[in-house]
Amino acid sequence: MRELIKMVVVLTVLAAFSGGLLAGLRNGTAAQIEKQQLEFVKGPAIKKILDGASNDPISDRFKILDGDVETSFFVGKFDGKANTVAFESFGKGYSGDIGLMVGVNIVTDKIVGIEVTTHSETPGLGAMAKDDPGFAAQFKGFSITEPIKVTNEGGQVNAISGATITSRAVCAAATDAGNMYQKLKPQLTEKIEEFNK
Amino acid sequence: MAKTITQEFTKGLWKEIPPFRLVLGLCPVLGVTTTMENGIGMGLATTFVLLCSNILVSSLRNIIPPKVRIACFIIIIATFVIVVELVMQAYAYRLFLKLGLFIPLIVVNCIVLGRAEAFASKNGLLPSMADGLGIGIGFTLSLASLGAIREVLGTGTFYGASVFGPSFQPFTFMIQAPGAFVCLGLMLCIMNLFEN
Repeated sequence: MRELIKMVVVLTVLAAFSGGLLAGLRNGTAAQIEKQQLEFVKGPAIKKILDGASNDPISDRFKILDGDVETSFFVGKFDGKANTVAFESFGKGYSGDIGLMVGVNIVTDKIVGIEVTTHSETPGLGAMAKDDPGFAAQFKGFSITEPIKVTNEGGQVNAISGATITSRAVCAAATDAGNMYQKLKPQLTEKIEEFNK
Repeated sequence: MAKTITQEFTKGLWKEIPPFRLVLGLCPVLGVTTTMENGIGMGLATTFVLLCSNILVSSLRNIIPPKVRIACFIIIIATFVIVVELVMQAYAYRLFLKLGLFIPLIVVNCIVLGRAEAFASKNGLLPSMADGLGIGIGFTLSLASLGAIREVLGTGTFYGASVFGPSFQPFTFMIQAPGAFVCLGLMLCIMNLFEN
């Protein structure tokens, strides 16, 4: 009996200590990790989506708090007007979350481009969502206010062969982005207007 | 138990050098050594985990109940691996992008668990530290040399700098997994040649 209690106590203490340490470290490094992702992953994706913008979308950004999730929005200026915004949403992929940067024109509500940012999909299959530019290019011009689906679910997106789950996840992330966009649109328009001053 | 601290340290550099002598931890050895930089990064990450887990396992060796020791070791190792992952993500993001998947896999690296079970749980703090550091540095050296050979032959660069000039035709076989096996085998063969 004593041995049993000892086992439980030692394991519990060890696990609790480890959990506490990691939670602390995670909090401590969160800001720095966000900065790094902005530079190496999100940055290039944003630049690709908002290609040709006259401003620097990475520095022209703002945050909106929706519930307890804070999302960063990156503003792109075209023809002298701030009319495009890029932001990230997530979909459940084959192995873990897929981050998707979505660029939307706030006047026409149409997608100007998407880019997969972070993922842990299978190389050569699911990872093609990021590596094959043709897949992401399909989303261009879709209306963000309507659900986006793959062809065999009645949508317009040709799924990557061998990676149905990933393709659906990207569509779900884009649809999610649309829902968030519609919900936050009044706030968004207001904030973007500030960049026109 | 007549071994000195120095002997515990140096055994990891030649006599028990992990991928060659113990032939352990082959997954990262074959997976990440396509360049020397990756090899060094992976080696240092593993060294840190080895050293820290050896220290903790050794100092807790009288408290950890034998029946749940493996579970305890795994908690300790996993904690340090996540520490490495977070720190690398925060301060060496480029390296993190390349090593990505292989960092969490250090948890199940046989070298780390092997040292905890076979050495740190039976020895004092100082020998365990020397052991962890020695094996870790040995592992780093192996990964770096394997990475260097594969990088030079496979892509014609050494630590990112071009060696043979633009006319070099890369021997791409070397940067694929079978090339890693062949390279590892040849290196082990040369080491045995020296030994005898």
